[in-house]
Amino acid sequence: MTPSTARVARTIGLEIWLPIVLVVVWWFASANSTSVYFPPLSSILGSFAHDWLDPAALPKNLVPSLQLLALGYLLAVVTGIVLGLVLGLVAPLERATRPLLEVLRAIPGVALLPIFIVLFGIDLQMKVLLIAFGAFWPVLLNTIDGVRGIEPVLLDVSRVFRVGRMRRLVSIVLPGASPQIFAGARTALAIALIIMVVSETIGGNGGVGYFLLNAQRNFAISSMWGAILALGILGYLLNIVLRIIERSVLRWHRLQQARLESQP
Amino acid sequence: MTITGSKKLQQAAGGNTDVALAARGLGHAYHGRNVLSSIDFEVRRGEFVCIVGPSGVGKTTLLRCLAGLQASTSGTVMIAGEPVTEPVPGVALVFQDYSRSLMPWASVLHNVTLPLRANGTSRAAAREEGLRALTLVGLDDVAAGMYPWQLSGGMQQRVAIARALAYNPALLLMDEPFASVDAYTRADLEDLMLRLQRELSLTVVLVTHDIDESVYLSDRVIALNGSPASVADIVEIPLGAERDQVGTKSTAEFAALRGRVHALIRGSRGSADATEARE
Repeated sequence: MTPSTARVARTIGLEIWLPIVLVVVWWFASANSTSVYFPPLSSILGSFAHDWLDPAALPKNLVPSLQLLALGYLLAVVTGIVLGLVLGLVAPLERATRPLLEVLRAIPGVALLPIFIVLFGIDLQMKVLLIAFGAFWPVLLNTIDGVRGIEPVLLDVSRVFRVGRMRRLVSIVLPGASPQIFAGARTALAIALIIMVVSETIGGNGGVGYFLLNAQRNFAISSMWGAILALGILGYLLNIVLRIIERSVLRWHRLQQARLESQP
Repeated sequence: MTITGSKKLQQAAGGNTDVALAARGLGHAYHGRNVLSSIDFEVRRGEFVCIVGPSGVGKTTLLRCLAGLQASTSGTVMIAGEPVTEPVPGVALVFQDYSRSLMPWASVLHNVTLPLRANGTSRAAAREEGLRALTLVGLDDVAAGMYPWQLSGGMQQRVAIARALAYNPALLLMDEPFASVDAYTRADLEDLMLRLQRELSLTVVLVTHDIDESVYLSDRVIALNGSPASVADIVEIPLGAERDQVGTKSTAEFAALRGRVHALIRGSRGSADATEARE
């Protein structure tokens, strides 16, 4: 075993023992449960496997959620970055809109569900827009902060060497703001997941939220718990995907920070 | 700037195409307080000129005006006979703080080639010229592929110098370029600049607070003093082309020149106080 695989193995060992212990405890503590609301873990896992691991069930239970999340989240990230760049670069515009942005961001996305239903109906369009609205703010505000925090000397460099507007944006402003943008994107993902579940309880297009509500209404408590488990795992996996992208895009930042910490 | 002033200058510049840079009655005020006042000097092509003055005298402001990064509140800057109101082609600037002037997310080579790519050089040609510039400052292909912050401070400032050289500047401006490195590295970088200036016939204007450095590097030293700062005097430095850190600095001539510049900065014009300055 090389030192680095040994380190990875130790990290996994350190991180994984507690979940295993908890699952084992849960398994035995609930094994003989007769409570309607807290079924045995074995029964929850049975429902989980049936509802979420069976390829035949996925097109109705999971695919609509992923589609919704992908559309809403990407819309939020793209518009958040674009508008964030504009507001970050045009200071007077940013100052004029700041109070308005602070008020709008303070509105929880799900609180707008009723008005979005009135405006956009109960189908995909409404749900995508609601997710996009909720997840937009952290991306926008972080992008603005990132752009405004860019090293002024670098902007001087770009002026002296006559770097054009577009190249300055792509080569200096965007990479300079990228650590902040990723921080915003991570917050936005959590928000998008919440709004996804809530919005899916409206209408009958399937998805995790729809499944969850349906299970509760049909008193399929094991299925309900299984769906909650599925949501936890989905959020966890999505976070890992984002983390992997971030690690590769912000490789320079991670290495530089590590270097700064090692030589104070 | 006044119309008559600019006309006069154009006539002057027309008569002498050797002038790379000229400041005419340059003044600058922040919030109504004057920092620079009636700065006048010329820099000829192929000359190495240092602007020296104590910290806080407004040297950086002056250099920013020369680079076109900042508009002066009075007077004019002329580069190649044209008035400067914004950064003009062919002018490169090396900033004091390499850790802030280099892009931490880009490789050394990418940092050096950005100005070339931005001004229409193809990717392949920029790469070639970038590597050549890095070789000139003593950095190899391995360093070219690293992030700047993986290099020592002196190496990073070499990257910043290579970026300026790759741009093939008609005028190279340097703002306290060696103030953030240790004394040994500083001496190395000074000798590097002397060699590059000679080999590439560069026109260099370097701002520093270090009198020894200004005398060691320059063909002429522009000494600033006062508040608002103005040119106390311009001192010719006839030390020849070949200079070295130990030999040149231990000559009586060097000591006299240093004393003269020192006296100018302290506000005592002329050589009457030369004895005091030598102490």
